[in-house]
Amino acid sequence: MKIPRLNRRDFLKTWGWSLASTLSVTTLRPAVAETERPGRTSAYHPGAHEGRTGGMVTVGEVDHVRNGFDPSDILSSWATGKTSRLADGRRLREFLIIAVDKEIEIAPGIFFPAWTYNGRVPGPTLRVTEGDRVRIRFINYGSHPHTLHFHGIHSARMDGVPGAGEVAPGESFTYEFDAKPFGCHLYHCHSVPLKRHIHKGLYGAFIVDPAPELHAEHRVAASSRLLGSAENMRWQELVMVMNGFDTNFDEENEVYAVNTVAHAYVNRPIRIQRDRPVRIYLINVTEFDPVNSLHLHANFFDYYDHGTTLTPTLRTVDTVMQCQAQRGILEFSFSDHEPGLYMFHAHQSEFVELGWMSHFEVV
Amino acid sequence: MDLRRWSSLLLPLVILGAAIALFQLANPLALLGVSPPPLEELTVERTVLDGDGIALKIRAVGSESMRIGQVMVDGAYWRFSLDPPGALSRGEVTWVRLAYSWVEDELHEITFVTNTGMTFGHTIEVAEATPRLNASQLSGYGLLGLFVGVFPVALGLCFRPALQRAGRNAFQFVLALTLGLLTFLLVDTLDAGLELGAQAASLFQGQVTVWLAALVAFFMLMAIGRRHGRPPNGRILAWYIALGIGLHNLGEGLAIGGAFAAGAGALGTFLVIGFTLHNLTEGIAIAAPVTHEPVPARVWGGLVAVAGLPAVLGIWMGAYAFAPHWSALFLGLGVGAILQVLVEVGDYLRRMSGTSGNSLVSGISSAGFALGVVIMYTTAFLVPI
Repeated sequence: MKIPRLNRRDFLKTWGWSLASTLSVTTLRPAVAETERPGRTSAYHPGAHEGRTGGMVTVGEVDHVRNGFDPSDILSSWATGKTSRLADGRRLREFLIIAVDKEIEIAPGIFFPAWTYNGRVPGPTLRVTEGDRVRIRFINYGSHPHTLHFHGIHSARMDGVPGAGEVAPGESFTYEFDAKPFGCHLYHCHSVPLKRHIHKGLYGAFIVDPAPELHAEHRVAASSRLLGSAENMRWQELVMVMNGFDTNFDEENEVYAVNTVAHAYVNRPIRIQRDRPVRIYLINVTEFDPVNSLHLHANFFDYYDHGTTLTPTLRTVDTVMQCQAQRGILEFSFSDHEPGLYMFHAHQSEFVELGWMSHFEVV
Repeated sequence: MDLRRWSSLLLPLVILGAAIALFQLANPLALLGVSPPPLEELTVERTVLDGDGIALKIRAVGSESMRIGQVMVDGAYWRFSLDPPGALSRGEVTWVRLAYSWVEDELHEITFVTNTGMTFGHTIEVAEATPRLNASQLSGYGLLGLFVGVFPVALGLCFRPALQRAGRNAFQFVLALTLGLLTFLLVDTLDAGLELGAQAASLFQGQVTVWLAALVAFFMLMAIGRRHGRPPNGRILAWYIALGIGLHNLGEGLAIGGAFAAGAGALGTFLVIGFTLHNLTEGIAIAAPVTHEPVPARVWGGLVAVAGLPAVLGIWMGAYAFAPHWSALFLGLGVGAILQVLVEVGDYLRRMSGTSGNSLVSGISSAGFALGVVIMYTTAFLVPI
């Protein structure tokens, strides 16, 4: 489908941003009361937590307003799409994703010429339910061809690779498939060169919640994962995309983070209520390094590799590693812990020292 | 000057100003259709390691002003401060201070990440506490300078009685030997100057500075030396030799002081003895032209001071106020001064050979020249800087 070519700058100036941000944050956010939203971060006090870093920290604070996205919000903002019913009674979820070039601040004072989905890195967290029909209109206002390649089950035509759903600058394409299997997945650009297109910022989380009626033997577990269900409301759900940025383009990352901004959750720790369990949708998109990892301090978790099972694939571990595009679900609780700051970070010290360090503030 | 002459001087400048203004307004480079990002570059000019951590004096030499975004030490982002803070215009300097507990005798790698994500590395090869500016360290370095600069020159002068008793051929041999060692010093100083020039911020064009300073110093010293229409000889020539050697010893001092400050030198009696032997011949060179002239004691003192004391100055500068562009300039001047004495001693030798019926390039002078080079080259093995 050919759409009229717009001057990219004009587009951004006039209505691009309001559209992109509205789609990604406001309209697609589920109706969960603000106070109950997990992952709310505590008020920022400059330097309040720097003592925990021993001076090994980036200096300053990223301007999230200028970036147009805030890692603290990314944690728990779900894009659930515009829903309607198909003739066969199934639910249809429609999304709009726009690729735009955008300079973002990835660590205080360090700017990166990113390629983004909807102006943010990672792109919007798409959240659907197993069996939904998913329709994504993708418009490319970037300077290079891009695709949306979903990790999921779909036809060859919908694969989002060169020759199948690749979108030239100024054009668009609509991807459509059934949401399966349930789990914690991702989408990313599959245009070539791959490394450049991925590490410039074209990736995002794609979560398929299990439909409880299809899993009679694990109905409670399935319900607890279904966004908006009574069982799900108890959980504090967080999406964490482990990424890195090669700011000088030497094929080594200068900055590592979860959800893009180095030390974002050191400066503003993620607030956790200890009487409610925690679920992390963890995805590794780090380019150039073979693996990334998450290590939780003072606690252990159950792990569901790819999130495609309702029983843990690893029990009682405090560290998990993922290769690129590997992902999984972590479940744990701080109910027996005293309140305080609890670290979590990659257990590659190199990544920790370059920004992938975070805190939970357990209250 | 009358009005006409003034206007003929000013008119080109006015036109130049108008052309610059027009260029800025019209931006004809837009026709090229490219908008390359500003070039960023920075140079570390000083490194200070002490109880407070690591401090680095950096100079921005990019095409436009630049900002330091973050600083890594050994691949870890570290809390830092800038003094003065803010963006760095082209040529501006700032001190980057890091409260980092560096490890003695080990290597540390500093990486500056600018706001555009460019990175600039700086390696501290061997971490050693930077010399403190106190009486005991200052006098310690001063003493070292006396040992490697003043003492050997004075010792070399003591060969004068032996030179006096030697015959005419022996005297020519010694002058040729002097030429040999001056040639070594010339090459050595030029080499050191170009090396330091390469370390200097690109803004200062360090290596060009060395060459130009050498040429300017050479022509000026030649002009001064021959201002009465005759080449200098005797006591005057001795002074010029002392000056050239002094500038070389300044360079040697810079290298020694800088090396110790950076922890790269192995301080020990071996080094001091090495320099003493290496620089001993410098005294012989100064003594050669005044072999058959009466020289009062204060002149001897002056010659030793001019040739030797710059080593003390060099060590202090190297240890406390190291800036590669200044060092490059001094070494360039040294190259010019050495070249001047090389020419004058050569000329002196030519005249001496003429009066004794030998040619300039005789067996004696060739052997002397070769021996001078070989002595300097082999004794340089003893000074591992």
